Amino acid sequence: MTGSIGLRATIVSIVLLAVFLGVWQAAVSGTGPTQKLDPEYAKLVGAAAPAGKSAMPGPTEVGAKLWEHLRRPFYDNGPNDKGVGIQLAYSIGRVLLGYGLALLVAVPLGFLIGMSPLMSRALDPFIQVLKPISPLAWMPLALYTIKDSNTSAIFVIFICSVWPMLINTSFGVASVRRDWINVARTLELGTWRTAFRVILPAAAPTIFTGMRISIGIAWLVIVAAEMLVGGTGIGYFVWNEWNNLSITNVINAILLIGLVGMALDQLMARLQRLVSYVE
Amino acid sequence: MSSSKPLIHIEALAKRFPEPGGKGSLTVFENLWLSINPGEFVCIIGHSGCGKSTILNILAGLDQPSEGIVLVNEREIWGPSLDRAVIFQTHALMPWLTAARNIELGVASRHRDWSSARIREHARRYLSLVHLESAADKKPAQLSGGMRQRVGIARALAVEPRILLMDEPFSALDALTRGSLQDEVLAIRRATDQTIFMITHDIDEAMLLADKIVLMTNGPRARIAEVVENTLPSSRVRTELHKHPNYYPLRNHLLDFLVTRSRELADGAGAKIDPRSPPLVRPIAEERKDATPTHAPEQARPPSAARRSRPAASRRIVAGASNGRDSPEGHGEAAPARNRPTQLNPIRWR
Repeated sequence: MTGSIGLRATIVSIVLLAVFLGVWQAAVSGTGPTQKLDPEYAKLVGAAAPAGKSAMPGPTEVGAKLWEHLRRPFYDNGPNDKGVGIQLAYSIGRVLLGYGLALLVAVPLGFLIGMSPLMSRALDPFIQVLKPISPLAWMPLALYTIKDSNTSAIFVIFICSVWPMLINTSFGVASVRRDWINVARTLELGTWRTAFRVILPAAAPTIFTGMRISIGIAWLVIVAAEMLVGGTGIGYFVWNEWNNLSITNVINAILLIGLVGMALDQLMARLQRLVSYVE
Repeated sequence: MSSSKPLIHIEALAKRFPEPGGKGSLTVFENLWLSINPGEFVCIIGHSGCGKSTILNILAGLDQPSEGIVLVNEREIWGPSLDRAVIFQTHALMPWLTAARNIELGVASRHRDWSSARIREHARRYLSLVHLESAADKKPAQLSGGMRQRVGIARALAVEPRILLMDEPFSALDALTRGSLQDEVLAIRRATDQTIFMITHDIDEAMLLADKIVLMTNGPRARIAEVVENTLPSSRVRTELHKHPNYYPLRNHLLDFLVTRSRELADGAGAKIDPRSPPLVRPIAEERKDATPTHAPEQARPPSAARRSRPAASRRIVAGASNGRDSPEGHGEAAPARNRPTQLNPIRWR
């Protein structure tokens, strides 16, 4: 067999995708017994009634709908009918805002914790307790105190992305090689130069690992948070389309969430590569 | 070359660690006195656990002694300083910086008022001193072990320290690389008259590089057993070293110390040594029939009985060569003149 492993992997990927789509299509084309619809229910759901065939759309329908979305991503026909582009932009905006605030808090704080064994020990119990709390558990408290659903969603993103960055920063700073610190001391670099010229670059790969974990978690949480707070965002879109019984749109949204999440992760991976070094 | 005042002056230095669990403490070394004159190259040899690295770290200001003080230029040191540059065993270069940037880091710290162009120029000059101009823009990971250590040497020299502290700088390198780096250090040192304090395990390294070799007894409670003067000519080169008549007497003396005497002296035999003025020893060839480099190792090596009784001709002890300034006679000139060769650089307090 010739060809690089990369090429062969691509071929296998395409084959797997084709098999998956084929099975999906076969499963929903429904040659088997179709379920009998309750006429009351059919009247209730109107046009969404699948008229004797499976409610699950096939890949062709999803593809057609996706094409429709991608052709007009930014239309705005009022609160309940916005293009997916607008919805994704809202979600990404919230994530970046909450994540950015978390970054501003977590990296300097983590730096101090990492520099001080005392603070590291003193704050450890708090971090250990706060870290495993599901970010959505904060939602009622946030809504009650902040009294604004949009800000509450941003707060939830903040609280879920702060921990990995905080922990990784303090770990990275605390485990900077002793030799490098000693070099900084013998070269009389001083506190600030040591912090920015030695410790920060030394800990940067670990800090970026935390940032990459955080952006992943933030993107997971935003969908759930938007389902709760409503209004705008891709999470709200999913929930809205569920209420519209448009499984096609729900599947499209799932696909888009995955693609955006991957893009965010790749972006962070690229940034991480910029600061990583070989010892 | 030596000025009358020592550059570095170690007084009654001790390092103790609390014993785990108990109230007692473990003494690594104690009552350590040593002076290093400007321009001198001093090597310290001893087995692992005698606290060599701790001494170097204290000199560097990276570690604190439990007792005693270190004076540099008659001032007690307090923490690390650009005047005392360290070359670390594991090069300790910042892997995210290029070779040139690594050097510039220290230069920028030494000369805060310099323009970046001037800093770069200065760093380049020191890179070329260690013959690494071509590697200026490479990261440490792209360099060989020897090249990394060269960058480490250039970084230390570039801040123009009063003293260079080297902690087994070549021990992680292969023999060939080590040899060429030793030659380089020797050349730099001859060109700059840099004062150097170095730790080594390698007798040949010490014989090639050092003016004085400080021998430490085994730890715990290690101490300086004696100071050996390098009796090889100061113009020595690696390839000619072993042809000199003093080579074997010196080498055997050092080896003998490491193999047996460092242990014997630690076991109480060394109690007689005055810690403030350990004996200064000059191992030379027994019969110096001038210009005849015939010397058998057996001949140079005295039988062990003679070794114990010490007045062996092959190891002339220059009594009282280091005069504690508090010594009762207050001598210094009182040492027997016949035992003092003109070239000798006596250890003496100021």
